[in-house]
Amino acid sequence: MTTTTLAALVPLLPFLGAAAGLLLGRTAPGFVRPLAVLPPLASLVLAALVAVRQGGDAAVDAHTELTPTGSVPIELALHIDGFAALVAVLVAFVATCVQIYSTGYLRDDPRYPSYAALVSLFTSAMLLVVYSGDLIVLLVGWEVMGICSYFLVGHYWETPEARAASLKAFLVTKLGDVPFLIGLFALATDAGSFRITRVLDAVASGDLHHPTLIALLLLAGVAGKSAQFPLHTWLPDAMAGPTPVSALIHAATMVAAGVYFIARLLPVFEASRAAMVVLAVMAAVTMAGSGLAALAQDDIKRVLAYSTIGQLGYMTGALAVGDRGAAVFHLLAHGAFKALLFLAAGVIIHAAGTNSLAAMSRMHGLRDRIPDAYWTMTVALLALAAIPPFSGFFSKESVLGAAEHVTAGHTEHTPGAAGWIVLVAGLLTALLTAAYATRLWLLAFHGRGTEAPDHGRQPLTMTVVLWVLAIPSLAFGGLAYRSLPGWFDGRDLTPTLLTSILGTGLAVVGGLLTYGAWQRTSALAARTPLGAVAAHPEGDAGLIEAEAIATHRPAYGDIAYAPDPADPGRLLLGPLHRPAAHGFHLDAVYGALFVRPVQAAASLVRFLDREVVDTYVHAAAALPRLLGAAVRRAQTGNVQTYVSALLAGTVVLAVAVLLVATGA
Amino acid sequence: MHLAYPAVLSALLFCTGLYGVLARRNAILVLMSVELMLNAVNLNLVAFDVWLSRTAKDTLHSGQALTLFTIAIAAAEIGIGLAIVLAVYRNRGTSDIDKLRDTAEGPEPAGPHTEGPGTSAAEKAEASA
Repeated sequence: MTTTTLAALVPLLPFLGAAAGLLLGRTAPGFVRPLAVLPPLASLVLAALVAVRQGGDAAVDAHTELTPTGSVPIELALHIDGFAALVAVLVAFVATCVQIYSTGYLRDDPRYPSYAALVSLFTSAMLLVVYSGDLIVLLVGWEVMGICSYFLVGHYWETPEARAASLKAFLVTKLGDVPFLIGLFALATDAGSFRITRVLDAVASGDLHHPTLIALLLLAGVAGKSAQFPLHTWLPDAMAGPTPVSALIHAATMVAAGVYFIARLLPVFEASRAAMVVLAVMAAVTMAGSGLAALAQDDIKRVLAYSTIGQLGYMTGALAVGDRGAAVFHLLAHGAFKALLFLAAGVIIHAAGTNSLAAMSRMHGLRDRIPDAYWTMTVALLALAAIPPFSGFFSKESVLGAAEHVTAGHTEHTPGAAGWIVLVAGLLTALLTAAYATRLWLLAFHGRGTEAPDHGRQPLTMTVVLWVLAIPSLAFGGLAYRSLPGWFDGRDLTPTLLTSILGTGLAVVGGLLTYGAWQRTSALAARTPLGAVAAHPEGDAGLIEAEAIATHRPAYGDIAYAPDPADPGRLLLGPLHRPAAHGFHLDAVYGALFVRPVQAAASLVRFLDREVVDTYVHAAAALPRLLGAAVRRAQTGNVQTYVSALLAGTVVLAVAVLLVATGA
Repeated sequence: MHLAYPAVLSALLFCTGLYGVLARRNAILVLMSVELMLNAVNLNLVAFDVWLSRTAKDTLHSGQALTLFTIAIAAAEIGIGLAIVLAVYRNRGTSDIDKLRDTAEGPEPAGPHTEGPGTSAAEKAEASA
């Protein structure tokens, strides 16, 4: 088979799997698990095959026009360069891991068939985005991901948190998608085609007339999808979904799509220096803010959600300094270790019966109950904190190195200011990342207090996946940083000495600071009893997690916050702790800026409808009714009255006729 | 004989009949008044037929023919009318027109299709009688 056929099969197989899963879910439950696991696995094999055949050489391009559409043609096109080939492998790999993990995680869930089918559809949409060479076809995948995320985040729709979170995820990403769509049209109008290769040719020959406007419009969609400030608020709330879905959304699909999109169209963004600076500022605010917020979260998954936002900030930062190789390198490394972090967090929540770090810090011996999760989580957290030689170190250093390269003024496209912004924010975030990673590790695994509850052995499907993902988290960066430039733009990804020392040093400082704070505060834990654990420890992991999410607010007073004096984050952040726990009250700001005016406008419309329009309608009905009542009075039932009226009428007519006839 | 005499007589008869229709309370007397009015019209028809045949050579005597029609129709009418009055009297025990007010509108009808059970029962009884 040709590479093109193989590549077309990669997104098609999970799609067919999803369709079959949805159709057969009820009638043939025995087929659901194979239908969930096998298509992504086959896609992984095919994507790897495509990557091997492509081999980082010239991009594979294929296109066919289904039907002429009048103006700018829409084509089914593939554009597979090194970026697409490798990202597709990552997506298929993570999706396969998530599907295998889900068979254990949701083994007793009655809605598992539809869940698995939607995960497959999600994967298929992301693979479509990755391989597509046409912007409209890319948009189709982009939007299918949006609706899939809505369904999957709302998987536990019995809980109000999940319902609210799924709606929020959908609406916030759509808020970005509207400018995104307009930006795509503007781009195609300027370039005369939706094909990515033609668009890039047009940019290279300087045919783009409004580069800043287009770049900023596209950036809004990317900010929504990739959870960048100020449209990131949906991501922490999306933790109300099942953990495997979080892993899928955060590691491979959805949030990666925005970064990948910019990486594909980087020349469009580079055509406008203003857009690059905006991108840099957005990345810097996202990185630093999410780091602070992650340090204050109580829900283990919300810590990871904010860390995802921060790591995506690194990727957009790398794009802001014009190095898409570094961005996609970090995307690949982050995909592996973030999937691992989430899946391990799912095991922890199952074993501990709670998602609250405050409750876990009062449990003794949790790490002995789940040694697999303990060791793999340690590896992933070290990768997240960018400690050498774990994979996160190499990818993060490539980002910081690229920023440092720009600050020296060696590039023509990117302004030096963007370099400085990304570099400073990146170093600050390295400190914060190490701090919250250490906090999570200490609170989750080094609690003191009563013995952790015994919920039995974790399913084999769940623990095996953790070890499979631990391998790339450990080794991918170190093995790949020399060979990856051949796949990407050819720019060197080797860590530079200065940023390596600075970044690692700051990470170590952050870790030690947190450790010191924890030493001081952990003694307080015994004095303030806190926490609640699941009511049904014998249930499957999904049920325990749903209960943990639903009970967090009643038990601790808030979805993100716990009044725990033993939290080292509280000591480190000081007065910032409370705002950071609430995501710097950005939701409240949105509530005041958008929700309340919309509600006020809605009540105004309601008033106009009820009081003004309805008055006219009621009046139009009341007048005939009044007239009718007046006429009905004449109907007395007495025949003689009627005859009298008849006579009177006859007389009047006769007189009138007489008067007319005589001409008077 | 001058045309004025029968014309005035018929007008008087008609007015008597009209008064009876409008003012009498007994249904049978009302029917009799209607007969008076019809016969007033008959008298007019005959009188004018004679007058027209004298002046305009109307040899068909359409007025007299029409009078015969009217008499026949009046006979049928009074038969049906008396039958109805008899039925109503058997049902209600009265033939007082002032008390036969079943078609009157109430003060505020509840709806177009909601009739009280009493009226519908009376109607059924009337129909079966």
